[in-house]
Amino acid sequence: MTERLLATDVLVIGGGLAGERAAIEAAAAGHDVIILSLVPPRRSHSCAAQGGMQAALANCVKAEGDGPTVHFLDTVRGSDWGADQEVANIFAEEAVVAVRELAHYGVPWTRVRGGKNKYFIKGDEVEIDEALENDGLIMHRDFGGTAKWRACYAAAGTGHAALYAVDSEVVRLGITVRDRTEAVALIHDGSRCLGAIVRCLRTGAHFAVMARATVIATGGYGRIYGQYTSNATINEGTGASIALDTGVVALGNMEAVQFHPTTLSPSGILVTEGCRGDGGYLLDKNLNRFMVEREPEKQELASRDVVSRHMAQVMRDGDGVDSPYGPHLWLDIRHLGEEHLRTKLLEVWDICRDFVGINPAEKLIPVRPTQHYSMGGIRVNKDGQAYGLAGLFAVGEAACWDMHGFNRLGGNSLAETLVAGRVVGQRVAEYAAGTDLRSNTGYVFDALAQAEQTAADWLARSGAGRSIYEIRDDMGEIMMHKVGIFRNGDELEQAVAELGQLLDDCDHAVLRCRDRGVNPELAFALRLKGMLRLSMTVARGALARTESRGAHYRMDYPLRNDRDWLSRTLVTWAADASEPVFSYEPTGIIDVAPGYRGYGADERIEMTATLEEHNADVVEQQARLGRLQTTEEMGTRLRRGAWQDVAR
Amino acid sequence: MDKSNKARRLRFEIFRYNPEDPGSAPHTDIFEIEETEFMTLYIALNQIREQHDTGLQFDFACRSAICGSCGMMVNGRPALACRTLTSDLPEEIRLYPLPAFKLVGDLSVDTGTWFREMAERTEAWIHERLAFDPDAVEQRMSDDIAAAIYEGDRCIECGCCVASCGAANLDEEFLAGAGLNRVARFMMDPRDARSDADWYEVVAGDKGVFGCIGMMACADVCPKELPLLDVYAYLRRKALGARFVKKDAG
Repeated sequence: MTERLLATDVLVIGGGLAGERAAIEAAAAGHDVIILSLVPPRRSHSCAAQGGMQAALANCVKAEGDGPTVHFLDTVRGSDWGADQEVANIFAEEAVVAVRELAHYGVPWTRVRGGKNKYFIKGDEVEIDEALENDGLIMHRDFGGTAKWRACYAAAGTGHAALYAVDSEVVRLGITVRDRTEAVALIHDGSRCLGAIVRCLRTGAHFAVMARATVIATGGYGRIYGQYTSNATINEGTGASIALDTGVVALGNMEAVQFHPTTLSPSGILVTEGCRGDGGYLLDKNLNRFMVEREPEKQELASRDVVSRHMAQVMRDGDGVDSPYGPHLWLDIRHLGEEHLRTKLLEVWDICRDFVGINPAEKLIPVRPTQHYSMGGIRVNKDGQAYGLAGLFAVGEAACWDMHGFNRLGGNSLAETLVAGRVVGQRVAEYAAGTDLRSNTGYVFDALAQAEQTAADWLARSGAGRSIYEIRDDMGEIMMHKVGIFRNGDELEQAVAELGQLLDDCDHAVLRCRDRGVNPELAFALRLKGMLRLSMTVARGALARTESRGAHYRMDYPLRNDRDWLSRTLVTWAADASEPVFSYEPTGIIDVAPGYRGYGADERIEMTATLEEHNADVVEQQARLGRLQTTEEMGTRLRRGAWQDVAR
Repeated sequence: MDKSNKARRLRFEIFRYNPEDPGSAPHTDIFEIEETEFMTLYIALNQIREQHDTGLQFDFACRSAICGSCGMMVNGRPALACRTLTSDLPEEIRLYPLPAFKLVGDLSVDTGTWFREMAERTEAWIHERLAFDPDAVEQRMSDDIAAAIYEGDRCIECGCCVASCGAANLDEEFLAGAGLNRVARFMMDPRDARSDADWYEVVAGDKGVFGCIGMMACADVCPKELPLLDVYAYLRRKALGARFVKKDAG
């Protein structure tokens, strides 16, 4: 490839569901769009979402009384009051449209079967008569942390079916997709984003793409937890990393990291929450259903942060099942029967056969909690615009939009990708229509030269430095064991010091491969420093947050503290600066006052300010910390007080 | 793996060629590693790359047999490397890139371009009957039809069927198992406005189902065990039906 400079209206970095859905919106508005993707888009990690997409259609008996307001309330409670409530409401209202739009694009959603159906609910087999007039509408299954059955699904391949349908639209619209490419830096002038520097993963050559609007949709940063993640190998947080490198774009709530209760031991491969939603149990080594005692109300279907913590505690107490890879627990779905497993949970059946060699209709599945989702990411306003740089947007898991706060509910991420893709995609289209590409090309060629120099420096370095793979493995061990499910000040301080050492090691690491072309060792080396920097923002953010909220649990500060910490962590860190800079903004305008979630702990430090006092200067404070002006005023999409009619 | 025995020493013969390097010529390299319990080719190949040759190119993403990135020839058969246990293989393991696709380097091939071209040629998207109405309740569909479409939708486009296909290896435009399966998936979808007659040119030519030379390796190697034989029978039946309908109409 000899090209050095491309120009387009909209550049989308990341070809998963969020990026592709945003690209569709921009292309449909008449813009030229280029999607960059590490892999062919259909191999993006969206395809691994299994059990469902939350949307309150209320189509089956166990969903009666559901609606966007109940969904909104569940999401806020799930977030442990860390979410921006206006964004959570936009999400809940638009999810209903997004799931139907996917039906229009061709997703074969599982449908309601009118008449008698058998389900497993809290350990009992029950028969429920689905209304005949609902026959053929989109069916729901139960998931954790929700008041109603709400997750729409296509067996246990929901993400796969959604991604294929959305990618079909991308093909239909003729959108350019450059697969096997990676954005390695953003081009910017300090106030406006002008595009990105891209490395071709076929040839190793760098080129620049200039764009009126740039959208980061690169997914999460789970791979900073090394092997202790359910995430794909490609979820290395590259989008958040290049945003952080600018020194002006803020990342939000990086310490908010979700651990999924049921991933296979030891590989970390996801086993969907749909297993528990459809009636599966968790068992300890004595085959005791420990969640029944620990969470009498929601049992296995409390939120993921709560279930993962109980599981980790059970294993700490010595009630895990010993294995050469450390302790695990059991997931029991035998009673659901082979027919159910081979249809509604087919992908789980395949995974059990392929990776642990068992038939889940006959045997227990070895599971343990593993890093799963990044609630943190590039902080954006409700239009999806990044703090700090005009023309830069982020969507999906790469973003901290922030509807998940400190804990995401199962099935809300798949829904977020499509809702945010639609909503933010429209804003991207409007922005691109209202701006031009005129700029000093010096910024472009300087950034290109710098990226090429960085790669050349890696290849030129010699000496006795460490292997990049050793550094990666050390990073994963530190993150899982010191910045994991249970955190405390001492271990977090150790983690910060050790990550600092790894950053130094990384600067002196030496490659063994000097091959021309993509050079897989160089490709990973170019990401490693960014991954270490993200790890540092997670560890430091966790150390500074002296409370427990959602998935962030401090053993030395076990209570949620609504008096001092009803705030979102923001961090900036220029590539050439030694230390990250932290600041805190209010989570947003609060409509649902902080309270008990309905599961987990019911003890907390109460807020002392009134909601009126809290809400009085939210808009100003956020603007002062970099939030750009939104199209509609902040707070306009809250439906104040509506939740009171549905709260239990 | 039998724990009573000493761990096996595995001997990998791996195809090597870097098209970006004028000095590179196609050849194979030998690597030896010790087998560990539950070792998959994902674990083995990463170990070889990290400990023996950091330039080795291969593709993995989900490593859970969902994304379709890691198709390769394993002892002469196309397979997903991530879910292939070394304990199911002899000590001598030969790894080659999938044929029928353009080589990127070593074990890595360009499936993305092949599948995008296939999708464009077959217009593999819903040809809508009506524009989407965001305020309307979804169109109804019976759960049985949804399940049948989902069955076809399960293809992960790994390319194993294409690589195993005699016709696809000779004719780069032949739709092969994955392409024909995709066509059938849209044909049976009541949301798609195309009639059997509209599909006729795509299905009935020598790039379509009648170009199949009947070896059926595709069905043997499909990691998702898609019912490809049934798919071809369905397409042949539809194509013949469409021909008669067209004739009657004309």
